[in-house]
Amino acid sequence: MEIVKPLAQYLAALALAPLLPGVINRVKAFFAGRRGQPVLQLYYDLYKLSRKTPVYSRTATWVFRAGPAASLAALLAALLVLPFAGRSAPFSFDGDFVLLIYLLGLARFATVLAALDTGSAFEGMGASREMQFAVFAEPAFFLGLTALARAGGHASLAGMFGALTPGIWRVAAPVLALLTASFFIVLLAENSRVPADDPNTHLELTMIHEVMVLDHSGPDLACILYGAALKLWLFASLIACVVLPRRTGSWATDSALFLLAVLGTAAAVGVVESVMARLRLLKVPYMLITAFAFSALALIFQMSR
Amino acid sequence: MPLVLSSILILLAGAALALLLRAHPSRAQAAGVWSAAAASAAGLFAAARVLLTGRPEAFSAAWNVPLGSLTFSLDPLAAFFLVPVFLLSGLAAVYGAGYLKAYAGRKPLGLAWAAFNLLTASMAVVFTAANAVLFMTGWELMAASSFLLVLFEHEKPQARRAGFIYLAAGGAGALMLLAFFSLLAPASGPLDFASFRGLSGGAAAAAFLLALTGFGLKAGFIPLHVWLPEAHPAAPSHVSAVMSGVMIKTGVYGLVRALSFLKPWPEWWGWTVLALGAASCLGGALFALAQHELKRVLAYSSIENVGIILLALGLGMTGSAHGADALAALAFAGALLHVLNHSLFKGLLFMGAGSVLHGAGTAELEALGGLAKRMPSTALLFLAGSAAACALPPFNGFAGEFLIYLGSFRSVTATGPAALAGVLAGLALASAGALAAAAFVRAGGTAFLGEPRAARTAAAHEAGAAMLAPMYVLAALCLAAGLAAPLLLGPAAAAAAAAFGAPLGAAAALDASGPLLWVSGSGLALLALAAAVAAARRYCLGGRKPAEAGTWDCGYAAPSPRMQYGASSFSQPLTDFFQPLLRKLGQYPVISEYFPARASFSTEAQAVFYNSFYMPAAARIRDLAYRFSWLQHGRLQIYILYIVVTLMGLLLWKL
Repeated sequence: MEIVKPLAQYLAALALAPLLPGVINRVKAFFAGRRGQPVLQLYYDLYKLSRKTPVYSRTATWVFRAGPAASLAALLAALLVLPFAGRSAPFSFDGDFVLLIYLLGLARFATVLAALDTGSAFEGMGASREMQFAVFAEPAFFLGLTALARAGGHASLAGMFGALTPGIWRVAAPVLALLTASFFIVLLAENSRVPADDPNTHLELTMIHEVMVLDHSGPDLACILYGAALKLWLFASLIACVVLPRRTGSWATDSALFLLAVLGTAAAVGVVESVMARLRLLKVPYMLITAFAFSALALIFQMSR
Repeated sequence: MPLVLSSILILLAGAALALLLRAHPSRAQAAGVWSAAAASAAGLFAAARVLLTGRPEAFSAAWNVPLGSLTFSLDPLAAFFLVPVFLLSGLAAVYGAGYLKAYAGRKPLGLAWAAFNLLTASMAVVFTAANAVLFMTGWELMAASSFLLVLFEHEKPQARRAGFIYLAAGGAGALMLLAFFSLLAPASGPLDFASFRGLSGGAAAAAFLLALTGFGLKAGFIPLHVWLPEAHPAAPSHVSAVMSGVMIKTGVYGLVRALSFLKPWPEWWGWTVLALGAASCLGGALFALAQHELKRVLAYSSIENVGIILLALGLGMTGSAHGADALAALAFAGALLHVLNHSLFKGLLFMGAGSVLHGAGTAELEALGGLAKRMPSTALLFLAGSAAACALPPFNGFAGEFLIYLGSFRSVTATGPAALAGVLAGLALASAGALAAAAFVRAGGTAFLGEPRAARTAAAHEAGAAMLAPMYVLAALCLAAGLAAPLLLGPAAAAAAAAFGAPLGAAAALDASGPLLWVSGSGLALLALAAAVAAARRYCLGGRKPAEAGTWDCGYAAPSPRMQYGASSFSQPLTDFFQPLLRKLGQYPVISEYFPARASFSTEAQAVFYNSFYMPAAARIRDLAYRFSWLQHGRLQIYILYIVVTLMGLLLWKL
């Protein structure tokens, strides 16, 4: 049973991740006074795309074809170390969050190289911005996780989230609040949401992630969309683990509460997207530096506690 | 020990033979390559045996040089550094056989091979010498032979400039080291490492600073790096691979040895090394992002990686000063593991850059593009090497950095100043990693992907088998060393223990083997998942043939290769952000009319430290030196008088 549970949690994450973009879209539709697309839209899209025949550019090489699959594989591997409801992941060891960060890096590496392989000016532009924002987002994310390691006294994700109790929220609320804010900003930037990027604009000079995947089609595009959903799930569940440290002890209740928190995070993304405008591209680094400052403050508070 | 000595002798004999046969380039080349390969096989076997058994070997004989003795010692530390030396120089020799073919008849290949073998032999001497005079002999031979190789294309003014900067840096470093060894010298007898006296207080601090500068000038960390991005790209590519992959590690090795003589370390030493390492890994990655030439990108990446090694050493020293031996052991093992890993992927990358230079005729990023079509193997290997250099799993770069991260978390969860060191080290490593990823995506992406940016690169050709085979071997080793990292932990910890004593070595093996096993397990899981995704994609395609079309350029009808993002446009957002540090020069067109005329735009990456610090300092020194120009008459008699007076003075002093 102890082997089955982490595996079941992993499969549940894989199955539920495409729900999050649907939730975000419904929240945005609610704010706009529309009915919006079905919550399960991404599932339909993935099914449709998987049956289509892809079109490849004459410029592109094997790098373009391998990119989406490699990126998806890296994200699937990253989910292997991700705790579910604060409980152990299938892979859990000291320093596993470093592996998580570098697997996200591998996914980015593959996506960006595939974008550059098309020789398109627009995709090059998106690739350049993606790498630029990563330079600011990665230290912020890393420092936040370091602060969490310090707060819990453990160097593994499962350890640090397991050590988070409601008691810690009571005595170290500023630390955890700052961390939540920092992770949320990183989530917005890493998942190309407003205010860092706008997933709704198409064919504009201002896009980042969407413009990098303009040339992908068929199963490759399905890989990318699914990978994006997994990445959103990954960050949302980290936030859910921080804000919801209560453990009832019952596997089912904990999991249900955790799922609610993940969906709530997605809804929060939808709210932010509805009430905020996109930042100018030049301002995005400042937003990420703010996230870095939040992480650093959290670490300083924690170290002096 | 006899095996290592015989491999040194084989290399020297090969060098002599290549020089004798210089009238017949192909025979000279054969002599050079075969002796390098034979010596590498013998040397690798000897080093691996010491690492596996853990039993040090030694050899000693009298030498009639004053203060010298032919004392060699092959302990696990020396053996750990010797493995990459023999591995990379053997493979580089095979690669060079293909690479130098294009120069036959134009260049003295006999001399080049003699210098290459002498370089390998002198590195082997540096790593095994246990006497200061012998060490300095190897050290200077290494500098001299690599100087010759830097000047291989001496008709280029850039290479000559690089050669002279290299010579000056090497000379300055050697002077520091002479002073360092004389501080440690025993009252009488040869300057054997075993007989060095212990220092304390101010003398120890002076010795530490001398060793840090002297060895630092060879290791090439910031701010002692100015020669590195000039000299490494100037040499032929197989030599660049050896210089960047293993020769700069002689500086790291020297520093580790020096630290082993100077234990215990005060806390500020650790902080100094940590700060230099952090500056070097961040600065190296940042400067790499601004370079326009592939080999210069790689040279700056070497500065970054030396910085990572130094950062780990500094973290370990700080931890050790606070009695956190477990943390120090992890950091030291991580530093040593990164020494090995860096030599593997940097060797691969420089060989890849050499293939580009060989096949496309240039390594200027703005002229390259689309090489993946013409050079598929090189593209695959270079991108694999880039992934390893960015420390992406499942490649080997990740394993060493993971150990350093693990060390930094050990200290983060501890208390006291060691925690601060851990946080800073981890943060520097993470930030440098993000910058390095941008630099490598930019270099690999502009060189190999998209459309060719110049006509001559469109006609590029793939490298031959002699050049590709060593690269495939290195790429396979990068992957294998990533997946088998737990097996490498033992030798790395044994090497650290040989240098700093058992508590700072053996503990690492116990502490980190569990997480490292998980890391290699997740590397395998990643490969399995990639295979599963690929299989699913194939199933979805169901044998249907994908359609082909032009790249979608947002409706633009006639996209041209010049409209692609280039290397400088790719990094422009980041280089603009860090402009106060990079100080790149740019010429931007001013558009004033409604129908602008043809305009041009250029940016140039500056050698910031060279231009803003070393050049003004050199000018100041030259001005000072002019004040003593009255000593220089240009008359032979007066110079002879100087010599006689000096000799008399020395004689009087000795009496």
